[in-house]
Amino acid sequence: MAKIKLAKSKVDKLVEICKSFDNEGSELINVLHKAQQTFGYLPAEVQEIIARELNVSVAHVYGVVTFYSFFSMVPKGEFPISICMGTACYVRGGEKVLEEFKRQLNVPVGETTDDGKFSISCLRCVGACGLAPVVTVGERVYGRVSVGDVADIIKEYQQ
Amino acid sequence: MEKYKMHILICGGTGCRASASETIQNNLQEALKAKGLEDEVQVVMTGCFGFCEKGPIVKILPDNTFYVEVKPEDAEEIIDEHIVKGRKVMRLLYVDPEKKEVVSDSKHMEFYKKQIRIALRNCGFINPENIDEYISRDGYAALGKCLTDMTPQLVIDEIKASGLRGRGGGGFPTGLKWEFASKNKADQKYVVCNADEGDPGAFMDRSILEGDPHSVLEAMAICAYTMGATKGVIYIRAEYPLAIQRLKVAIKQAREYGLLGNDILGAGFSFDVEMRYGAGAFVCGEETALIHSMEGLRGEPTVKPPFPAESGYNGKPTNVNNVETFANVPVIINKGAAWFKKIGTEKSAGTKVFALAGKINNVGLIEVPMGTTLREVIYEIGGGIKDGKKFKAVQTGGPSGGCLTEKHLDTPIDFDNLIAVGSMMGSGGMIVMDEDDCMVSMAKFYLDFTVEESCGKCTPCRVGNKRLYELLNKITEGKGTKEDLDLLRNLSTVIKDTSLCGLGQTSPNPVLSTIENFYDEYIAHVEDHKCPAGQCKALMQYVIDPELCVGCTLCARNCPVDCIIGERKEAHVIDAAKCIKCGTCMDKCKFNAISIK
Ligand SMILES: Cc1cc2nc3c(=O)[nH]c(=O)nc-3n(C[C@H](O)[C@H](O)[C@H](O)COP(=O)(O)O)c2cc1C
Ligand code: SF4
Ligand code: SF4
Ligand code: SF4
Ligand code: FES
Repeated sequence: MAKIKLAKSKVDKLVEICKSFDNEGSELINVLHKAQQTFGYLPAEVQEIIARELNVSVAHVYGVVTFYSFFSMVPKGEFPISICMGTACYVRGGEKVLEEFKRQLNVPVGETTDDGKFSISCLRCVGACGLAPVVTVGERVYGRVSVGDVADIIKEYQQ
Repeated sequence: MEKYKMHILICGGTGCRASASETIQNNLQEALKAKGLEDEVQVVMTGCFGFCEKGPIVKILPDNTFYVEVKPEDAEEIIDEHIVKGRKVMRLLYVDPEKKEVVSDSKHMEFYKKQIRIALRNCGFINPENIDEYISRDGYAALGKCLTDMTPQLVIDEIKASGLRGRGGGGFPTGLKWEFASKNKADQKYVVCNADEGDPGAFMDRSILEGDPHSVLEAMAICAYTMGATKGVIYIRAEYPLAIQRLKVAIKQAREYGLLGNDILGAGFSFDVEMRYGAGAFVCGEETALIHSMEGLRGEPTVKPPFPAESGYNGKPTNVNNVETFANVPVIINKGAAWFKKIGTEKSAGTKVFALAGKINNVGLIEVPMGTTLREVIYEIGGGIKDGKKFKAVQTGGPSGGCLTEKHLDTPIDFDNLIAVGSMMGSGGMIVMDEDDCMVSMAKFYLDFTVEESCGKCTPCRVGNKRLYELLNKITEGKGTKEDLDLLRNLSTVIKDTSLCGLGQTSPNPVLSTIENFYDEYIAHVEDHKCPAGQCKALMQYVIDPELCVGCTLCARNCPVDCIIGERKEAHVIDAAKCIKCGTCMDKCKFNAISIK
């Protein structure tokens, strides 16, 4: 079982989310979206509470969480960096940009830097293919990113 | 819209918003206020204009002036010059790259000339958050006509006669599908809109939803009327926040106007729409998987039959259509099946929206009549290949499609022709590649995608695609053999024949089509251990030609790992052991001294 115990306020919040969907098992994906919006990620304890509230097995919740790439069981960095690996960005050099981010931050895709500041992930097409290759940091979208721009982007968030 | 003398339309699509179109909108409004013109000129944020390459776009009505690459600081000048003094801001107008002439009206731009906009009819014309603007352009007239003048069967017959085929990839006749769903009796039926748009590099559906959400709602209601459904669900990717928000606004407004809800238009027909969110799984675009995902389960496909028309959402008859398919429906009802049938080719009526991207000058969203050739799309609308490079291939159909070459350029685009040449229409992604793109790497890119997105339910797809990926990887690392090519072919055939759903049945297409069309390139990899396009890192080296290098030090200053050595004004050398092959030096050198060996 999980080591860290969730604070009561957080448990209450989760119970409330489940209730807002009438504790319906078929609303699981909507509940998970809401929970991830609230907590940033979906650790094991959160999944256990959701399973209890919706009256489904923890295995079922875990099965759904791990099936969909949008759901994450680890926290993201303070500034989550996503590199678009959609086809349009790929053919305009997205992979080289990704390599450069990995090299400069020294973390693999899906992980967070030791100071918790940056995490790297890939996504598939944000719909700004005209600006390929595209990188997003949080809500901000950077277009036509070259390998040379990577250091500048990171620097913007380093202070 | 009447009360204003002029309108300024600004693109609110995702691409242009990323380039600060919201700030431009604010600045325009501020500038108007400063001149006291805010009651005479209206600033409207619309959906995508399509010409994303030159975004952000600002268009002025009624004179149709089309400004490109507008920056927030240009707002004041547009108001001062154009709106107040009536003089166009020349420096912001589009310049035709061939003729070097300024084109101020989008109608005369090569990019738009060959296009016919049916599904995109309102994108870039109306404020998508204002139902009145939709209604003023014949919006909800088709629904009214169906409810008051047509029986459900008449509507189905009209759609059948139009020849409309599903735009989500399969190309199944829409009218026929509606007829199946209407014939199945049940106490509850559902209409589902598939807005999962999983093809990476495609953004047609998103642009329709962002630019004209009511067209989809109206069509869903029409469909519901034909089959006797009272509930509709839009399944949309959670990655599309703007489209989600605009749909929410649209649903709310439609309810307020009595166009959704109980007893619509007093015709005794009730229908309402809710939304479900995807969570990043490509396979959920497949209709049975999509339905399972709507039920809160893992999005795994199941065997058809039963088709959703018999047993779909919650085990009830369900009709699933794609966003673009729906967007065509109101126009067909308004203008008639015969009108629609005249556009396009015999077996593929109407138009198709494509997201044109890759190594092409005019990246953007286009809608062309079926039967337009790839050459027209790439060279006339797309403006040819970027940076004067040579065309190599065009990929259609996303991870399920194939790479087509020079010899296919004159193929008229329609469902059947594309399949005949080894690709497919897919949902409308069209990626152009030039001489620098390695086709083995391209196949590997798609397989990497498929491996990640396979749901794992059946073995040929789960394991087979992984093996395909490994073989391709081996080849790009220069360790492949000629036997591997046969292995790739055989394995591909087995995966296609034995997979359960459309994902596995089509995933080997990128491999098969590249082997077929670029066999020499595979041979170069396995026999000469060379990558002719110079993309496979293991098979290349960056070298500086001492004859051409003038010792400007630019490359050395830009190399991210400091592996270029040399004194000022002397030839530089790359330390191959330290080089990470990022290509920065080659991009930077102004003397073409760096090449790939
Ligand atoms: C792996 C896979 C992914 C699919 N993705 C989509 C999609 O993103 N959008 C879509 O409309 N249809 C997609 N489809 C097709 C749907 O299964 C279905 O045929 C379509 O939504 C029917 O609508 P239509 O007849 O209007 O095209 C996909 C099919 C497969 C096999
Ligand atoms: S073909 Fe692939 S995606 Fe489709 S059901 Fe089988 S494993 Fe899942
Ligand atoms: S390819 Fe990149 S790492 Fe190699 S020498 Fe050039 S700039 Fe440096
Ligand atoms: S940029 Fe080109 S010319 Fe300048 S030092 Fe490097 S290789 Fe030589
Ligand atoms: S492929 Fe990157 S934004 Fe579309």
